[in-house]
Amino acid sequence: MTYRLAPIDKSPFAAEREDDFTVIGSVVQRSDARGHVTGRTEFFEDVAPPGLLHLKMHRSARHHARIRGVDLTEALAVPGVVRILTHADIPNNLYTPLKLIGVEPDDEPILAVDKVRYLGEPICAVVAESEAAALEGAARVRVDYEDLPAVFDVEEALAEGAPLVNEYHGRNFFTYEGHHCRRIRFGDVEKAFGQADHVFEWRYESAPIEQAPTETTGCVVIPQADGRLRIHSDTQACFFTLDNTALILGVPFNKLRIVGGTVGGGFGGKVDVIVEPVACVAAMMTDRPVKFVYNRYEEMQVSSPRAAERIYIKDAVMNDGRIIGRKVTLYVDSGAYARHTPYGTTKAAAHMPGPYSIPNVWADCHCVFTNRTPSSAMRGFGVTIGDFALESQMDRVARALSMDPLQLRLLNAYRDGDLKAHRKVAEGTALVEVVQKAAEMVGHELPEAYRRMSSTTREGL
Amino acid sequence: MAKLRGRGYASVNYPTGMNLGGDPSQALIHSTTTGTFVITLSSVDLGQGIKTIAAQCAAETLGLPIENVLVDTADTDTGPHCMGTFASRGTHRVGNAVIMAAAEARGVMLEVAAEELEVDAADLETDGTGLIKLKGSDEKSIHITDLALAAHFKHGRTISGRGIFLKEPSTPVPETGEMDPDSCQAHACTAAFVEVDDETGVVEVLELYNVYEIGRALNPAMATQQVEGGAWMGLSHALFETTEPYYPRRDHGPRDFAEYLMPGPADIPVQHSLFLERPAGNGPYGAKGIGEMTANAPIPAIANAVFDACGVRLTAMPFTPERVLRGLDALRGNA
Repeated sequence: MTYRLAPIDKSPFAAEREDDFTVIGSVVQRSDARGHVTGRTEFFEDVAPPGLLHLKMHRSARHHARIRGVDLTEALAVPGVVRILTHADIPNNLYTPLKLIGVEPDDEPILAVDKVRYLGEPICAVVAESEAAALEGAARVRVDYEDLPAVFDVEEALAEGAPLVNEYHGRNFFTYEGHHCRRIRFGDVEKAFGQADHVFEWRYESAPIEQAPTETTGCVVIPQADGRLRIHSDTQACFFTLDNTALILGVPFNKLRIVGGTVGGGFGGKVDVIVEPVACVAAMMTDRPVKFVYNRYEEMQVSSPRAAERIYIKDAVMNDGRIIGRKVTLYVDSGAYARHTPYGTTKAAAHMPGPYSIPNVWADCHCVFTNRTPSSAMRGFGVTIGDFALESQMDRVARALSMDPLQLRLLNAYRDGDLKAHRKVAEGTALVEVVQKAAEMVGHELPEAYRRMSSTTREGL
Repeated sequence: MAKLRGRGYASVNYPTGMNLGGDPSQALIHSTTTGTFVITLSSVDLGQGIKTIAAQCAAETLGLPIENVLVDTADTDTGPHCMGTFASRGTHRVGNAVIMAAAEARGVMLEVAAEELEVDAADLETDGTGLIKLKGSDEKSIHITDLALAAHFKHGRTISGRGIFLKEPSTPVPETGEMDPDSCQAHACTAAFVEVDDETGVVEVLELYNVYEIGRALNPAMATQQVEGGAWMGLSHALFETTEPYYPRRDHGPRDFAEYLMPGPADIPVQHSLFLERPAGNGPYGAKGIGEMTANAPIPAIANAVFDACGVRLTAMPFTPERVLRGLDALRGNA
C-alpha cells in the first residue's frame, strides 16, 4: 500500500497529549478503497428490482410565474407513461427540513401548486416504464404561465417594492425570533470606529457553487409485502430522510426503512430530503418500485448549490495593527426557499469575526430569498465564503498598514480564555501555532517576539 | 507581457459539529461467537472514511486488532440513530459513541475472561493481538476467539455495548447572538504561491503549504487525503467553479462537466502539508473534525497571492481570467 502522508509535528502541544495507542494514529487502509477503485462497491443505483418504474420531473421554465393551468393530455398519451403526479397527489405537500428542530415555517411545495418561484422548480412527476418514456412524458406536459416580476440580487430583494418571492415568509428574508437577520452584538463597534487610527471597509462576493458529487442525488423505492417501503438512498442522513419523508407522506415513521450508507460523494448536497418523498408517493400509488435520480443538469442547476454571499466588512484598526472593532454585514442568497440556509446563516454569524480576538463586534447576517434555485448545505456551510472575505480583509489591512500579514494575524489571533463574539470562551486554540509553522515551512522570517507567542499564554501581547 | 509570481496567506478556524437542535449519534457493538466485533451504525460514508475511523476507535478501545472489527451501516431497521454526515461531525460524534459502546463491551469481555482464567478482571490487560492476559504474565491468557465461544456457550454472556454521544441543543439569544454552537475548533494556515499571466489573466497555483491543527489525526493517511483533496476543492472554487457565471444574472449556467470547469491534472499544485495536534478534551482520542474546512483557507490565500503577484485585488469569486484582466486594465488606466 502506498499513500501520501503529511508529517505530524508533535512538539507544540507535547505536554497535553498521550501517545500510548496501537491503532489510533496509525495508517489503516480505508475500508472501501478497493471496492471503489475496482467498481465492486454497490451504490443505490445497483439495486434493480423487477418492474422498476422511472420518475422524471416536468420543471418550471420561468423564474417567477403564476401557473394558470397544466395540461397532461399529451404526456399521458406517451406509450409507457403510467401515471403523472401533481401537487394534489402529495399527502402533505410542503417540505419540512427543519421542522423537527422547531424551525419554521415550512415554505416549499414538493410539487408546485399555483406558482413557481425559480427556474427548474418541479411541477409534476411523470412515472413511466422506461427512463426514455418518463423523459418524453415530462417534455410533453404543457404549463400555462402568467409571468411575475422576479428578483435576483440580495440587496435588491431587501429593498422596498421588491417582488415578494415566498408568500410563506411574507417578506424576502428569514425572520430570526422577530429579528430580520441573525445578529451578533459584542462590545460597542461604533465607539471603536471613533477611537481607531484607521477605518477600512471593503466588499466581497461569491456566486453559487455546485457540490459536484460523482454520484448524483437519487433513490429507489421498493414497496414491501408487509406494506412498508424500503428506500435505497444516497442521502447523507438516513434517519433525517426517514423522518422528513414520513411527515410528507403522513405515514407512521416505522412504515419506512432507509438503506444507504455508501455514497459517491455528498459535500452537503445530499442533506436536503428532496427526491425520496415524491418517489415514495409514486411507489405507493403504483404499488411498484420507483427510481428517481437526478441527471447531471438537475444536479448542477436544480439541486441546491452553495449559496452566493455578499459580505461587507468594516474594521477599526490601530497603528500597531490591533483590530479593535469589526462590523460585518452578510447576505446569504437562499434562493426561493429556505431549506437549510437559515441554519447556515446562523453558522456564519457564529464564525464572525474569524479566529481573532476583537473586543467590539457587530454582525448582521441576512438569509435572503430571491428567484433562483434554493441554496443549501455545502462543505464549509456558512464559513467558506466568510473566510474568503475575512482573510482577504486581513491581507488588505496588513498592506494598508505596511505590516507583515502573518504578524498582523499573530497579534490578533485568539488565545485560550478569550471570549468570542458569540460569548463562548475559547479553548483548545492553536491559530498562533499553525501560523508560526506555516511561516517556518515557507521560510518567512518572524521576529523573536512573534516566534515566542503561544495560544496558551498572553506572551507578546 | 510577463508571468508574475506572488505569495499569499490565510489562517482560519472551523467548528466541529453544529448543534442548534441537539446533536446525537449512537453506536451498538457486539461480539459474534468467533470474537469478531460488529459495530452497528446508521451513519453514512460519503467516501470520507467514517467506517474506517469507527473501526479504529473500536479496535483501540477493545484492545484488539482492527481485523477483529466489522462495521455494519446504514439501515434504519437495524442501526441506531445518527443525525447524519455533515457539519464535520462524523468522526467526533460517531467516534465518541463507538468508544463508549466499545468500552462497555470491553468491560464484559474482561469480566468473562476473569471467570475463564479465575483471576480478578482488574488484573487483566489486552495486548492488541487478540489476547486477554494477566498483567505481567505470559502464562495466564485467553484469545478472544476462545473467549467469545466460552461467553456464549458456557457463561451465557453477551459481549456487547451501547454508546451515544450527545451535544445538547443551544438556542442563540436573538439580541446578542450568544450561543454554544460547536464542540471544538480546528485550525489551519495556508500559504499559496501563484503565477499570473498578465496577458491572458490565467492564474496558476504553483505550490500550496498547508498546516492543520486537528486535535489528533486518527488515521494520518486519511487526514492527509482530506487536506490535499480539500485544497484541490478550494483551488477549484477560487479559480473555476460556479453554476451562475454572471451572478446575479441567471444565464449561461453550466449543465455538465464540459461546461462546469474544474482543475485538471495539470492545474494541481505541488502540496506540502503538516499536522499539529492539540487533542480536544471532548474529542474521540482528542480528534476534531477536518471534513469541511480544508477547502477554505486556499481560496483567500490564492486571492492574496494574486494581489502580491500583480496588484489586482479580487473581491468576487471565482477568480476568472476575465476578472484578472479587468483588474489589470483598471491598474493600467485602461478600464
